[in-house]
This record gives sequence, structure tokens and C-alpha cells, in this order.
Amino acid sequence: MDFSVPDDVKLLQSTVREFVRDRLAPLTMQVEHDDAVPSEVLQEMKDLGLFAIPFAEEYGGGGFGELGYCVAMEELGAVNAAYSNIIGGHCSLSGAAIALAGSDHLKQRYLPAMATGEKLGAFALTEPNAGSDAAHIQTTARRDGDHYVLNGSKLWVSNGPMADLYTVFAVTDKEQGSKGVTAFVVDRDTPGLTIGKVDEKMGLRGSKTSEIFFDECCVPAENVIGEEGRGFRVAMQTLDGGRIALGASCVGQAQTALTMSIQWSRQRVQFGRPIASNQAIQWMLADSEVDVHAGRWMTYHAAWKIDSGQRASHEAAVVKVYCSEMLNRVVDRAVQVHGGMGYMKEFDIERMYRDARIVRIYEGTSEIQRMIIADDLLRDE
Amino acid sequence: MNIVVCVKQVPDTTARKELGPDFRLNRAALESVVNPFDEYAIEEALRLKEANGGEVVVLVMGPPSAEDIIRKTLAMGADRAVHVTDPALAGTDWSGTCAVLSTALRRIPHDLVLTGTESTDARSGLVPGGLSEALGIPLVTYAVKLELDAESIKVHRQVPGGYQEVQTPLPAVVSVVKGANEPRYPSLKGIMSAKRKEIQKLTLADLDIDPASVGLHGARTVVTASQARAEKSSGEVARPETPEEAAVIIADFLQARKYI
Repeated sequence: MDFSVPDDVKLLQSTVREFVRDRLAPLTMQVEHDDAVPSEVLQEMKDLGLFAIPFAEEYGGGGFGELGYCVAMEELGAVNAAYSNIIGGHCSLSGAAIALAGSDHLKQRYLPAMATGEKLGAFALTEPNAGSDAAHIQTTARRDGDHYVLNGSKLWVSNGPMADLYTVFAVTDKEQGSKGVTAFVVDRDTPGLTIGKVDEKMGLRGSKTSEIFFDECCVPAENVIGEEGRGFRVAMQTLDGGRIALGASCVGQAQTALTMSIQWSRQRVQFGRPIASNQAIQWMLADSEVDVHAGRWMTYHAAWKIDSGQRASHEAAVVKVYCSEMLNRVVDRAVQVHGGMGYMKEFDIERMYRDARIVRIYEGTSEIQRMIIADDLLRDE
Repeated sequence: MNIVVCVKQVPDTTARKELGPDFRLNRAALESVVNPFDEYAIEEALRLKEANGGEVVVLVMGPPSAEDIIRKTLAMGADRAVHVTDPALAGTDWSGTCAVLSTALRRIPHDLVLTGTESTDARSGLVPGGLSEALGIPLVTYAVKLELDAESIKVHRQVPGGYQEVQTPLPAVVSVVKGANEPRYPSLKGIMSAKRKEIQKLTLADLDIDPASVGLHGARTVVTASQARAEKSSGEVARPETPEEAAVIIADFLQARKYI
């Protein structure tokens, strides 16, 4: 058993950490205020290669695998979850579906441009009437010669307003249930695709989501990801990797909340001594350390499983439920340690508290993850 | 155009440093980084290569662990690296460093040798001069801008109150100042390709250097005492009423110290 991080991943980590410290951290308040990441900063992120990390080298990717990707997501989440959300929607969801199940033609056509960031990807699964019950989506795709015609709408699509291409799930055979779902790549400029207004969210400002509408939207049959009827499987497999990377972002966010809590508790003097000298505060810090440590290593372990070619659906569900809930515990304690200052917008903790809430909901709620885990536990031998 | 950049591994500049009983830095416990001053020299070398072609070779003298920082320079874009490493080098001072680096440099074809102005740990700033002396080639220090032609290099040197233009034939040693450029981050592609780049390892025996002439015993500088740096004083606090008043206070302060 070897827990050391490979040298190239370490160099990736220190590079992303420096970039985040020098270029992204100073912008946090601006991104929060404008609800947008400046385009020149997105370009710098692309130039560095942040949009390419998990993709294979043969498609212009970084070739760092799931572990490298997770380490980078941790650093991005540590400064602002908006960044890890943009990269997550692009790499772990939209791009990963193409990389996992797409034909070689589809990979050649989309992945190199996604790796440079020239084309931004989004993942469109959720619908007004199909959230957790993803198999019952209502968007349809009707075969018409060498095309499919899409009709319906998708909700809360991360990167939706800015994306150049969408990984879309639609029903090709209603009788077949989850086996009647097919995945497609849909270009933004496809006639019949329109983008709804940008959602107003509680947090994650800077990472834009919106509704996407399909009205007689004609997509070439060669844009099917994998095979017709295999879409639900593509979605579930894609979400496995996505959940692990999301766990990594949670670890980064939680680490920052803990680091800030340590600094603040040393600095804040009440009753004539720093509050860090109170056992009540010390125990909160210690509990958060236990949480972050456990989250980090279960994330790295799941990533290692993926990189060594093993399935990690079970671990992905465990990571997702644990890391999202541990983040919420850690930021809640961080607000408590910061007292009134933690409630003020001028402190990052206030933003982090709001940003953290969504992770227990999106990419599969905590409840869905527990269903997956319990199904695995109770499955007949 | 072949450019060799001399790079040093130093302890992380933000880390708390402690000296051992022999006045040597306890490096084992410290994260190490590329000497930040050297990053400007690397960046300058990469830009010259991008404009003029050729090869950028990074030359490092340091323990085996220096490989981490060598990988970073390769990830930034250097073509290959030469790593002189030998247990007998522990404790080598600036004069030994110059002897080793210059001997290695004689075996690496070069038109230009770039260095930082100093290292953040020892801070002697003596190596660029020592290299030029040992190699018998011109030295230009404190470069802010470099322009190459086929046989010479034009350098803008930072001097108080402005810059001085110096032209020198090649090969030459040029030290690049902090702030001459903005060193690039290694790109992620660069990190991957760095894995496949060559790091040539050389020992003292490979370079025909007598181990007794280097290391702590060969050192020509001896540290006899050390003292912790005084705590930073709290400074002066001015409370001007108007922006105009504030501007005058700052200008007077800077002028009194000859910054402006």
C-alpha cells in the first residue's frame, strides 16, 4: 500500500495552487459581486490547461487521470467553488460522457477543442419533472432518417448560458424506461436549441446555470454518445467520476474553511485571550480536521480505483454523501468560530456557507447516494 | 542559440528556517522550491529561445531531492537538464559552486549563461561573477532586458535612477533581475512532457573534481556565529486629513530614502 502522490501530480498541485493564489484568489469578491468570472481569467485558466486535465493525451488532454483531476479540483474549490463548478460541468460531466462512451469520431471532433477550452461543455440531464428520478426524463428524441429530432427542456444546466456544446439525455423509446434513454452531443448553434434566462441562485455566483429548450432540434445521428438506448448507463457512469471530483472540491472548500477558522481563532481575543485557547473552539477545529482528513483520503482512494481501471460506483456514492455533508458541517463550524464576522459578506466564510449547501443536492442528492449505497449492501449474493 | 540557466534549489521562502549547530540550514524539514530569483532567468531564456530558436538547458547543483525543482523548470519549457549531485558537495560555498558549475558548463555547449542575481537562502550574489571569472567570458549583471543578435547580446542593466545599455560578445554570463519579466506557470501539458525530458546526472568523478576541494571542508567562507533577525518594528503611522497631504507624506518619505 503506497499513499504517496505521484511526482507529476504533485507538480500539478503546486502549479494550480500558485495560479489560484496569484490569479484567482484576488478576484473572489469581484466574481461574487458580478456573478461572473472575467473572460480574460477564464482564458488564463484555459491556457494553463485547466480545462484539459482528465482528458486523454491523445485527445489533447492533460492525461493526469482522476487523481490529478481531483487534486486540481481540490485547489480550485479551495479558492471559490464557482471555478470547480465550471470545470466540473465541462470536464467531469459533459466531456467525460463523450470520453467514456463516445465513438472515436465524436472524441476526435469534440475533445481536443474542449481540452483547449475553445469549446465549453455542459451536461443537460435534469428536467422540471425529473430530478432524482432521472430515468423518467421527458425530453424526447425522434429518429428521422440520419437525424434525431429533440423536443423538451432541461433545467439548471451548469455552464448552460456560456457553453458551446451540450451533452443531452433524451428518450428515444418510452416503452423501455431507463433503457430507452439516449445521450447526444448537441452544438449550441443547432437550430431549435434556445437558452433560457440565467438562474438566480443562493450561492455559486460566477458559475452560471440556465434552462435549455429544444424545439424540433435536429441532431445528426453520428452525435449519439455510445448507442441508442444506452444513455442512462452513460449518465450513471459519467456521474461516478463527477461525484468523486465533486468530493475533491468539497475537500478543498472545507480545508479553506478550517484554515480560516484556525487563523481567526488565534487572532480573535475575548476575555483577554485568543478564543483558540477555549476547548470549545479547539474541539470544533479538531472535528473539522477529522472530517477533512477522512474526506480527502476517501476521495483519493476512489480516484485511485478509477485510475487503476476498477469500477468505483459504490465509492463514488460514499465520497459524494460524505464529502458534501462533511463540508456543510465544517463551514457551519467555521461560521460559529468566526461569530458575527462569519455572517458578514466581507468575509469569505459567508459566501462559502451559501456555496456549500448545493453539494448535498446536485449531482445526486444525499438521499439518492444512500439509496445507491444501501442497494449495494442489500443486493442478493 | 544555446542557453544554459543555472538554477538553485532553495527552501520555500515563506517557511520558518532554523540553523543547526554547524550553522547550516536544516533543509530536511523544509519544502523546497526553484530559487525565485532564478525563475526570471528561466523565463528570459525561454523567451529568447522562442524568438531565436535553440535549446534551453537547466544546470543544477544540488542533492537528489533537487529533481523536483528540475522537473518544474522542464515543465516551464526548458529542453533538458544537467543535475550535478554528489554527497561530497554538502556544505559547498559560493566558490565551490562556481568551480563545479563552470566545470559542468565547459561540457555543455552554450552561447549564453543566465543566472538569477542571488539565491534567497545564501544571498551572496557572488556566483554570476565567479562563473564569468572561471570561464573567462564577459559578465553583465542586473539585466532587465536582453536583445540577441548572432554574435552579441545587448543588455539593459538596472542602475540607480535608470538603466545602462551594455553590448557584449557571446558567450557571456548575464544575471537577470527580479521583475525583468513575469515568469510563466508550467502548463499542464508542460508537466506531462517534462516526464519525458532528459535529466543528465553528473557526479564529481564525472567532472574530474577532487571531492576535497568542495563541500564544507573546501569552503572558503566560514560561518562563525549567527543571530536571529530583529523583529520588524511597527513603523510610522501617519494620519493625514486629505489625499493631498497623504501624497506629500509618502513622497517625502520616499525622497528621504532616495527612492524617488
